[in-house]
Amino acid sequence: MSVYFPHKKLPYLLVLPQLVITLIFFLWPAEQAFEQAFYQEDAFGLSREFVGFDNFVYLFNDPQYYKSIWVTLVFSFSVAFSGLAIALWLAVMADRVIRGKLTYQTLLVWPYAVAPALAGVLWWLLFDPSMGPVALWLQYFGVDWNHFLNGDQAMTLVVISATWKQISYNFLFFLAGLQAVPRSLIEAASIDGASPFKRFWTIVFPLLSPTTFFLLVINLVYAFFDTFGVIDATTQGGPGVSTATMVYKVFNDGFIGLDMGSSAAQSVVLMFLVGVMTVIQFRYIERKVEY
Amino acid sequence: MYKLKLASAVIGLSIASSGFAATDIEWWHAMGGANGEKVNEIAKAFNDSQDAYTVKPVYKGNYTETMTSAIAAFRAKKQPHIVQVFEVGTASMMSAKGAIYPVYELMRESGQSFDQSGFLSAVTGYYSDQEGNMLSMPFNSSTPVLYYNKDLFAKAGIQNPPTTWEEMESVSQKLLDNGVKCGFTTAWQSWVQLENFSARHNVPFASEANGFGGLDTKLTFNGPSQVAHIEKMSEWQQNGIFSYGGRRSDSAPKFYSEECAMFMNSSAGYAGIKKNAKFDFGVSQLPYQGSAISEPKNTIIGGASLWVLQGHKKEEYKGVASFLSFLSRAEVQADWHQFSGYLPITRAAYDLTKGQGFYAQNVGTETGVLQMTSGTPTPNSKGLRLGNFVQIRDIINEELEGVWAGQKSAQAALDEAVKRGNVLLRKFERANK
Repeated sequence: MSVYFPHKKLPYLLVLPQLVITLIFFLWPAEQAFEQAFYQEDAFGLSREFVGFDNFVYLFNDPQYYKSIWVTLVFSFSVAFSGLAIALWLAVMADRVIRGKLTYQTLLVWPYAVAPALAGVLWWLLFDPSMGPVALWLQYFGVDWNHFLNGDQAMTLVVISATWKQISYNFLFFLAGLQAVPRSLIEAASIDGASPFKRFWTIVFPLLSPTTFFLLVINLVYAFFDTFGVIDATTQGGPGVSTATMVYKVFNDGFIGLDMGSSAAQSVVLMFLVGVMTVIQFRYIERKVEY
Repeated sequence: MYKLKLASAVIGLSIASSGFAATDIEWWHAMGGANGEKVNEIAKAFNDSQDAYTVKPVYKGNYTETMTSAIAAFRAKKQPHIVQVFEVGTASMMSAKGAIYPVYELMRESGQSFDQSGFLSAVTGYYSDQEGNMLSMPFNSSTPVLYYNKDLFAKAGIQNPPTTWEEMESVSQKLLDNGVKCGFTTAWQSWVQLENFSARHNVPFASEANGFGGLDTKLTFNGPSQVAHIEKMSEWQQNGIFSYGGRRSDSAPKFYSEECAMFMNSSAGYAGIKKNAKFDFGVSQLPYQGSAISEPKNTIIGGASLWVLQGHKKEEYKGVASFLSFLSRAEVQADWHQFSGYLPITRAAYDLTKGQGFYAQNVGTETGVLQMTSGTPTPNSKGLRLGNFVQIRDIINEELEGVWAGQKSAQAALDEAVKRGNVLLRKFERANK
């Protein structure tokens, strides 16, 4: 027997606020970016010229742009992977703590309140090759730390600054997820003689998979879109173009360089790329998730 | 009786406030911290000096944020009267003919007496059109100078700072022999090592008089003298005479921590160095190649100027004009120069500061002025007017970093930077036709 609701209009009325918000804050700006991508105009918008696909042609004829796609992939997957791994490890540890649990958990959540650009500046200070304590400590151990010249080190630095902030967020979700794992299952396994390691990988980790999948999507989106502040405050995309991610280029070309056409074209490419990635995630990875 | 008095007082007050309501003039600027407070002080001094206009300074963040928000405001028809724009944004502002109100026209049309010849030509040259008319009002200008650690110099037995690049090498070598880790480092590599290097050696940075002659300019900084200089610096990066410390002024810690004995940075960095250096330091002019030239040209400026935007009432522009006149007064200029460390903009402000004995008390603060005013500016040392210049500087940063890391030769990197930069110049030309 199916339940029947007599109201035809009410459901639409109820979702209306959500639709309006999506329309105004998501679809409309996206449409604007899409339109802008086919124009070239001066900074003040005094003259506007329809250029067809010129902005895209220019983009894909630029070897630097392909580099930035590669940089983005390396950066985003490093951020998502290390963010998830460290947060999971911390959550498992925090879940086992009995005394001072609340203090410990609260402290771990704190970094989330720090603004991305500020986080960038903090790490920039810690790793400054001449004055930063971490850099001096690394040099003491024979690591020649100079992210102003070494592209891999610069990448490491931006990955650390971008990840650090996200760990708190991931931690919260993992902790909640862990607390939802039935105790009885774990107890049964330990009675059967499974080691803590084995218990984690065969019981806890698979049961956490919905949380992990959700966080993977969120973290990748964060790394793709939300990290230009960190990069601007630490490396400005350098040395060379070794930390110039796609979203940093969108920000830099659009807001600093005032080249709206190219910036818009780049955001369209970025939107497309993230769209494809999300589809892949939901089609292939989500199948492995056990709800 | 009492009520009547009160009523007339109220009426009188309301008439007074409506009759003499001051016209508001909005000024968007990028001066944070102590300089920002000084800006408020200047505006207050102007507001107190007359009662027809009220200048309202609004801090809008850093240079790029200020410029971007002014442009966004213009598109939304909510633009301020005056906006402070950094020197690399000059070409974008100039090309926006319908958006800006050139300062010389403003002054003429508002009947303000305005004598351009009182300004230092090295400063106004940057902001003038081909006919020499001032398009914007210089406000805070700086120029790169050489800072050196006097303590380390004394320890190595060196008396004088180097004046040529050849001496730069020998002095640095001597410092290295005496246990100093690095000879020199530089901030703003494109501005100091390419833009100012070209000006000082009177070689073009770009064609069409560095872009002053038209939008069809092409970059030319891959000439033999620039390549030789970058080549030499890359060699020095390997042997410790030079040590690269990052973009913008990220290299400052190298000088503060006494890792590097010399540091090339903006003259406006004086206060910061004074605060952070725990050693005695001196200021000297930028070196030049003694083998190539006998006398260097003037250096070019950085910093920002004030642009007046279109779209306001005539009456309001009168206020803008009288405020700009107020700003260029010798005592206002001299006060701002001495407080902020930016260069004086008029000859009178310079003379006044000198007369007050400021340079004698603050040794080194005059270096930038002397260096910038030495000789008459040539088309190569007048300044730069290149569209998309912010991104071109990024490209230069990227390519130079390849050189410092030993991945690219100086010639290959500068060729590539010119090639990539020219694409951006063509884009700018197309968008601003």
